[in-house]
Amino acid sequence: MSLSIFSFIFAMWILIIVGGGLMVLFVGPLSFSGYGDLDPLVNSGFKVLIAMILIFIWVFALLKIKNWIFRKIVKS
Amino acid sequence: MEQLILPAIIAITIAFFSVYGLTPFVIRALEKRNITVVDANKKEKTMIARPGGLSIIVGIELSLIILYVFFPISEILAVILTTFFAFIVGLIDDKKTMGGWFKPLALAFCAAPILLLGAYDSNLDFPLFGSVKIPLLYMALVVFMIPIMGNTINSIDVLNGVASGFTTIASFALSICLFILQNYEVGIISLCLSFASLAFYKYHKFPSKIFPGDSGAITFGAAYGSIAIIGGVEVIAAIAILPAIINSFLFLSSVKKIVEHREIKNPTSHTDDWKLKSTSENHAPITLVRLLIAKKPLSEKQIGIEIFKLALFSGMLAIITAFMMGVNI
Repeated sequence: MSLSIFSFIFAMWILIIVGGGLMVLFVGPLSFSGYGDLDPLVNSGFKVLIAMILIFIWVFALLKIKNWIFRKIVKS
Repeated sequence: MEQLILPAIIAITIAFFSVYGLTPFVIRALEKRNITVVDANKKEKTMIARPGGLSIIVGIELSLIILYVFFPISEILAVILTTFFAFIVGLIDDKKTMGGWFKPLALAFCAAPILLLGAYDSNLDFPLFGSVKIPLLYMALVVFMIPIMGNTINSIDVLNGVASGFTTIASFALSICLFILQNYEVGIISLCLSFASLAFYKYHKFPSKIFPGDSGAITFGAAYGSIAIIGGVEVIAAIAILPAIINSFLFLSSVKKIVEHREIKNPTSHTDDWKLKSTSENHAPITLVRLLIAKKPLSEKQIGIEIFKLALFSGMLAIITAFMMGVNI
């Protein structure tokens, strides 16, 4: 049983590293200009939005993994 | 590096022995005033002193004040203030049961010293890939970090010794990570938390003589969260407490709203030999403990050991991550 939870922790760790990579490689370099003084705010706003979408995908993936593990436990 | 050794030894010693020495007095004082709760997982009706947050906060604050005398840096002051405010929030919650949203909101305000003292770096560091600069998003992260960490540690405070033992393991792992990253001052702050929680564990372990209560568990979480921010090790700190995060995640994904843990159905029940088993109640939330006993009932002590094994595993992953921080692909 514990092995499933160890796997879940390991899966979360991998997802954190992959999610971090996506943040650094794709979200970090993004730049939106043409809004004058509002540029920094618009930039941060868009990055927040993308980060939130990434977090949503991350949580969705975790829910799927959790359901799979829980079903396995119930079956065994 | 050498000039850090003596202050570190003094601060760590104070953190450990002040909690170790003060907790028996707190237990006696609470028992004398009848400020006790029933230990729900014991066959005999045992009354346990609660909350023990006072000795925890004294240990952490004293050691950090001593450290601040040696190194008057804003980062240490930020941890001192944030942890103290979080303790007050926990104490209010211990005295008067507040709604589910009270703690997250009040704890968000506790992050103010970190922001006002500028004790943070707006770069978020990730292993292998480097860092990303997110000034506005990072400020939001600071505000969210303290409530999340506080409530995450509070949510695993369900069995004898788990919250303090778990904090000890996670903060030791975080200290090692900070030393690997050569962030020695913050590493020492983290060690103060480790030794304060270790000293409290002596009285909190199975069978408990005292419970930390909201004031104790939130103090642990807030101190841990502030250390993560001022040390710039947010990702590593989150990895080190993954079992507790899983617990909150399982809970939230099954309950689907933020509620006070007292308001929900107990996800466990007892067997005839007083082991914990998963409840057959459909509406009870899924938690880490329920997952651990899904296959077969376990004693309270056995569950504690299983949780500590998970904490050690995630601590190891955090240390591996710290090593990976130095590698860029």
